[in-house]
Amino acid sequence: MFSILRRNLKTGRVTVPVTAGPAGEHELVGAELKSKVARLLGGRSLHVREVDAGSCNGCELEITGLSTPTYDIERFGVHFVASPRHADVLLVTGPVTRQMALALAKTYEAAPEPRIVIASGDCAVDCGVFAGSYAVAGPVESFIPVDIKIKGCPPSPMTILRALLAACDRLPR
Amino acid sequence: MVDPELQTVPRDRLAAACRTLAGRTGSRLASVVVTDERSFSDAFTIHYVFSLPKDHRYACVAADLPGKDPCFASLTPFVPGASLFEREAREFFGLVPLGHPDPRPLLLHELWPQGTHPLRRDFKAPALPAASPSAAYAFQRVGGEGVFEIPVGPVHAGIIEPGHFRFSVAGEPIINLELRLGWVHKGIEKHAEGRNLPEALRLAERVSGDASFSHGLAFCQAAERIAGAQVPPRARWLRAVFGELERLYNHLGDIAGIATDVGFPFGAAQMLLLRERVLQRNGALCGHRLLRGVLRPGGVVMDLSGPAAAELKAFLARLLADFTEVERLYLETDSLMDRVEGTGAVSKRVAEDLGAVGPAARASGVDEDLRRDQPYAAYAELGVQAQVREEGDVAARMLVKAAEFRESVSLISRALDLMPEGPCSAELGAPPSGSALGWAESPRGEVLHWLALDAQGRVSRLKVKSPSFSNWPLLNWAVQGNIVPDFPLINKSFNLSYSGNDR
Ligand code: SF4
Repeated sequence: MFSILRRNLKTGRVTVPVTAGPAGEHELVGAELKSKVARLLGGRSLHVREVDAGSCNGCELEITGLSTPTYDIERFGVHFVASPRHADVLLVTGPVTRQMALALAKTYEAAPEPRIVIASGDCAVDCGVFAGSYAVAGPVESFIPVDIKIKGCPPSPMTILRALLAACDRLPR
Repeated sequence: MVDPELQTVPRDRLAAACRTLAGRTGSRLASVVVTDERSFSDAFTIHYVFSLPKDHRYACVAADLPGKDPCFASLTPFVPGASLFEREAREFFGLVPLGHPDPRPLLLHELWPQGTHPLRRDFKAPALPAASPSAAYAFQRVGGEGVFEIPVGPVHAGIIEPGHFRFSVAGEPIINLELRLGWVHKGIEKHAEGRNLPEALRLAERVSGDASFSHGLAFCQAAERIAGAQVPPRARWLRAVFGELERLYNHLGDIAGIATDVGFPFGAAQMLLLRERVLQRNGALCGHRLLRGVLRPGGVVMDLSGPAAAELKAFLARLLADFTEVERLYLETDSLMDRVEGTGAVSKRVAEDLGAVGPAARASGVDEDLRRDQPYAAYAELGVQAQVREEGDVAARMLVKAAEFRESVSLISRALDLMPEGPCSAELGAPPSGSALGWAESPRGEVLHWLALDAQGRVSRLKVKSPSFSNWPLLNWAVQGNIVPDFPLINKSFNLSYSGNDR
């Protein structure tokens, strides 16, 4: 208990503007995101459901990074939810494998309108290095409508943050 | 060239020869590799690769199976760790392991037509199969009053890869767990065929994102062995440095996951902060947070300048100091330690029988570490202490990783001090045809790539064995008798890769 308190007091504020990209960009994008979420969703968070449709897990690694104290995406009003039924945004990674195509379609159907879809990473956009494999069925957009595409292998946390900002612009006003 | 030490036997002596090797002290079945040689010899060749850590080598028994009648006596009744490999051989090549106790498919789901064997040379991908499965997968059923089933997945609640778990429970305790994986099967082995080395390396680095470097390294070492190429000393040392950096961020993430799953987010946040620092450092060092693109067959593409090395050393010293403090926080937090001690225990016997690898095996008393037993990169010079515990529970896996974290920091620091000067890469020249094994001790354990190249230097077969493929079956044992709410915790203590398993 005391060590927790001690550490808590000592740690101070750790959330830092990320070093990648122009300094402070993270805060700027974050602030914009926060004001948009507040304006459009009237006090609740933007709910994001992540779906791995066949990824190598590199994309997941960076997405989980967004919730660490360094990026602390929740302070901008973005919340990762457990069920597609609560999702405003589906963040889909990976080339869609043949064996995940059905699960992806079902997840999409379970999400309420307007269900903005972000295809996140080279694989989600065009199957990346896996294009042409017998076990890969195609990019995300060949199974569900895609609103926003982001490249990168994997996309950096910053890139994902910007995509979420773009997703807000697609929410009904 | 022939590598590793290869003993070719007639098929009726295959099982006996394997059992002899399996009986050696410390022997472990590391992989089973099938090649389709029907266009040359009208046969499939099956290779059983054993790791013999006491002898510091791998050994291999191979037999030809006629193309028209590719059956062989299953090793599974004697070596349980052979089960998944033989199911895989049946599925991907259409071989017939006679006497194998489990007739079910492994990675390919019901939507594929019967008789789909993707790794046969004459395989043509069938049209996109109908979405509705033709037959249901036969999960093992547990009957009796009050017993019910809980199906979970493939899409889970968290930000995690897809997999299906089927629990049979009576009240809260788990009686049986069945795994259904394969959802993220990307056909990587087949997809690598016909590609040149740089292209195939890009694929190898994407077998499992969080082990990009280890998979890339195993692949490169196999290619270098085929070419008979000497990697310059400095490149070997740099490879050890990057390999340990990969271990650092993985172990930090794994330990954080334990805190998350016992409801100790403060502890998790502290570890994840450290993980992010390592990832950012990786990015600053080589331009990729997951260390992709650092390797090339023959060496590494980049050097560490003197100032960069000094900075890295200072960084590690700070990291270790902060880690030590957070580690103490974990050990002093009773609500965490109470949950992890005694939970999800795997006995040494089970770990050995199933051929477990990496920290999961070491936490159950299996004293094996490829960096020490079959050193590659600069590990022979560096000298590695294997971190072994006996308890086999969630706590032991966590503590082994914590100890390995410290060991990694010290390995990197030593490497930075002792690294010789010189070039970072050698030209492989035109690689001759041939096959070889490459291995690496990834954060999760043994990564094994069997690579075969044709006369044009293109991949004719790549067999990838990830540590997750070896370790998933442990989970079934670890959860027995534990309660369902502890499942996420037990699962996280292994933190296996779905993509690495499914490929
Ligand atoms: S885009 Fe890159 S990191 Fe993401 S799933 Fe594909 S290979 Fe992995």
